Amino acid sequence: MEANTLPVMAPAIPEMFLAVAGMALLMIGVFRGGPRIMSEIAYMTVGVFAVTAILVLIYGGTSEEPVFFDLFAVGPFAQFTKILILGGSGLAIIMSLDWLKAERVDRFEFPVLILFATLGMMMMVSANDLIALYVGLELQSLSLYVVASIQRDSLRSTEAGLKYFVLGALSSGMLLYGCSLVYGFAGTTEFTKLAEVFAALGPAGPSIGLIFGIVFLIAGLAFKISAVPFHMWTPDVYEGAPTPVTALFAVAPKVAAVALFLQTMIGPFMELKGEWQQILSLVAILSMALGALAAIVQTNIKRLMAYSSIGHMGYLLVGIAAGNEQGVMGVLVYLAVYLFMNVGMFACILSMRQGGRAVEGIQDLAGLSKSNPAMALALLVFLFSMAGIPPLAGFFGKYYVFAAAVAEGLYILAVVGILTSVIGAFYYLRIVKIMYFDDAVEPLDRTMAPVQRWVMTVAGVITLFFFAMPGPIVDMAQTAAKTLLG
Amino acid sequence: MGGDFPILSLVTFLPLAGAIFILLTPGEEEVVARNSRWVALWTSGITFALSLLLWVEFDATTADFQFVEDVDWIPGTDIRYKMGIDGISLFFVLLSTFLTPICILSSWEAVKTPVREYMLAFLVLETMMVGMFCALDIFVFYIFFEGVLIPMFLIIGVWGGARRVYAAFKFFLYTLAGSVLMLIAIMVMYFQAGTTDIPTLMAHPFDPEVQRWLWLAFFASFAVKVPMWPVHTWLPDAHVEAPTAGSVILAGVLLKMGGYGFLRFSIPMFPEASVFFAPLVFTLSAIAIIYTSLVALAQEDMKKLIAYSSVAHMGFVTIGMFTLNQQGIEGSIFQMLSHGIVSGALFLCVGVVYDRLHTRDISAYGGLVNRMPRYAFVFMIFTMGSVGLPGTSGFVGEFLVLMGAFEASTWLAFFAATGVILGAVYMLYLYRRIIFGALEKENLKSMLDLSPREIAIFAPLIILVLWMGIYPSSFLDPIAPSVDNLIAQHGAGLERSTALVSR
Repeated sequence: MEANTLPVMAPAIPEMFLAVAGMALLMIGVFRGGPRIMSEIAYMTVGVFAVTAILVLIYGGTSEEPVFFDLFAVGPFAQFTKILILGGSGLAIIMSLDWLKAERVDRFEFPVLILFATLGMMMMVSANDLIALYVGLELQSLSLYVVASIQRDSLRSTEAGLKYFVLGALSSGMLLYGCSLVYGFAGTTEFTKLAEVFAALGPAGPSIGLIFGIVFLIAGLAFKISAVPFHMWTPDVYEGAPTPVTALFAVAPKVAAVALFLQTMIGPFMELKGEWQQILSLVAILSMALGALAAIVQTNIKRLMAYSSIGHMGYLLVGIAAGNEQGVMGVLVYLAVYLFMNVGMFACILSMRQGGRAVEGIQDLAGLSKSNPAMALALLVFLFSMAGIPPLAGFFGKYYVFAAAVAEGLYILAVVGILTSVIGAFYYLRIVKIMYFDDAVEPLDRTMAPVQRWVMTVAGVITLFFFAMPGPIVDMAQTAAKTLLG
Repeated sequence: MGGDFPILSLVTFLPLAGAIFILLTPGEEEVVARNSRWVALWTSGITFALSLLLWVEFDATTADFQFVEDVDWIPGTDIRYKMGIDGISLFFVLLSTFLTPICILSSWEAVKTPVREYMLAFLVLETMMVGMFCALDIFVFYIFFEGVLIPMFLIIGVWGGARRVYAAFKFFLYTLAGSVLMLIAIMVMYFQAGTTDIPTLMAHPFDPEVQRWLWLAFFASFAVKVPMWPVHTWLPDAHVEAPTAGSVILAGVLLKMGGYGFLRFSIPMFPEASVFFAPLVFTLSAIAIIYTSLVALAQEDMKKLIAYSSVAHMGFVTIGMFTLNQQGIEGSIFQMLSHGIVSGALFLCVGVVYDRLHTRDISAYGGLVNRMPRYAFVFMIFTMGSVGLPGTSGFVGEFLVLMGAFEASTWLAFFAATGVILGAVYMLYLYRRIIFGALEKENLKSMLDLSPREIAIFAPLIILVLWMGIYPSSFLDPIAPSVDNLIAQHGAGLERSTALVSR
């Protein structure tokens, strides 16, 4: 950055704007008050996200030199994931308004907390140092702990929040421990320098302490993306948290954590690929298998989505484990597709009501094809897409990560992945069966909030017709993958 | 020829456009139902007319792919949207576009609710089928190949019989499990050859060792689709539970996807493995022919009987293909086309009486010839077609296949010919039990003969069965150059791999 007045700040302008705007919104919320304050703040937050997204597009992809004493880096990779994160968070806020009002938990802190969580996620994605990584992660996590228990009077919500907090803190601890071990053996926390240190290791390879550090680091990150065997919190938190919160948890934090995972493995630890590839392959296999098998017996749709997300994380880990350009690209395409599928899915779940009361049993969807054909059709698209049936978008995500694994010679991962997607298809089909083949005992309400209807329609059209124009997303993902692997 | 006009894409995606149109029509349920019926009929009718244009414009003197379209699709990979047809795929496209309007017409009154979704599913299904036969990129092929599962799952599950849920799941998971292995093979081929372009892949010399693995992966997928013994068990369930039109498409087109896959991929791309595994295919097919014929003989359900007969007939097809000679392959293609029409028509015949009496038990019928002479006539033509009486389409296909089989091995021809006899036994037995005898059962006495709509459905089918039987050249002539080319390709590939081994 040559003749700029704030030369080193330019890449971080979106984050700075978001931070300042967040504080301003908090002030507005506190001092203005009023009965409609939550909607106002929520819409303002979404507006702030939109402006931030534009700023990310302007400043996010320009510089590839780390700034702020090498703590903070941007580039096409960070840009791509930040847009996804902002999209996921923004849509989660919009979708939650009606629900929160109906359940009388319309507190203006909700959107503001999501804003701060989003800021944390953006910091994670841009982190170029283990410390910056940790700070971003904690900003995100702390905000989300509160969001999970926003429904203070509900036993389940507070339980979910507490569970999330305790296990999240544990995982943060493991991550920090891993960071400290890595620092102890490498002498630096900065990503570029770490890469140099590992490149200079020589034939003896990494010491046992360093391997331990990496294992703890991976364990911490696996907790955040809820990969097996660190997945236990996910079903409980998904089920217990208020549905809009689950909708949030399912998308933006997952995108951020996967991006962080990818960036950490591909960036500083690329030289040690031989070491982490084995660990990630195992974690991927376990996640795919558990996600597919455990989902079969679920009766609660949110719990099912939790296992479905565990499975999806397994597929994403296949791409990370491949660790090549196709893998990175595949993960990014998968994340984009995952966002649309999940947002659309939760728009439908949020609209599941019987006589005005929110329900979440899978069996409650019985006969939906007759009572609400549009919603049934949209769910059909999302479910088949999640099962990875072509020509829907989900297939392309899976194809890219499996192709990356095959290119890398990880045939076992590809075979296991494909077998588990057949098993997974079974439980997605079961929902289709309930919607289309069964008759309703007590049909769901026909009404759907306009916002939900719009989100559902747009996400459905994108998922359905992704095959017609994969260009824009795939192009962006490819540029991002190229720069990340440098 | 077609010039730059993308006629294949038009034929492929016109039904999809019709489907979207149906989806977007608002209004009362009655109006929507009527509109969707007509829109579906018109769309599929126009699609058929357009596909006839393909036949007219088709250059029968060359084995090259015609009407080729080639457009960039997925950036950063070599995956392109490439379409084109040769003599092998031409008639499968026509078969798909021909059967769809018939299916729509046949469900005009039988399907009550929800009509809109039903028509939607059929039009989407047509797009997938036609696209699959036209695809010249293996990735595009796979997408269409798998995409078929979604509408078919719904057709069986929503509008099917009593055990429809079980049948729909079995159909879906069986075929999905088969085809995902093919996906891995496709990826391996992509990384070995660096392309997904089908004509290029046909010329690519794959290592013989790798070929066998790839062949097995493709086999897993196509054998389930065909279906070959012992992975055929999904078919009787799916057929019995599917609505009439669903059975027609299932028998008429979906089973051909496996056979087409063998011809398009396994034989030209893995020539060495095809020779290596040919005895396996012969054994499985011979077992299928004899075993399923005997099973068919014991059936009490009309649809189940025809379903098992399909497995037996497809056994002929797979035998013909892997004899790898001109008669065998031409015969197997012809047999697939003939079976597509004949078995489709037989399911429609079952549908006619099922619509009236709502049972498929053979024992519930008898002596129908007295009340329904026209029906008896129509049923007889297709029974003869299925048996392979000279003059019907079934004869030409079976005869060519047997000739090919005889060239390959006398014993193979012997076992296959046994199937012809058994086929005559179970079909004539079925015909006798339903049509002949005295009209004794009370509820049969009020049965009505074929309505004008039903006659309109059957007339083109009868014409085709006889045309294909009496003057098969109109069909065999366009096929021949492509089959020649396939055999030449196979031979060249075989030489390449032997050269590779001896080196």
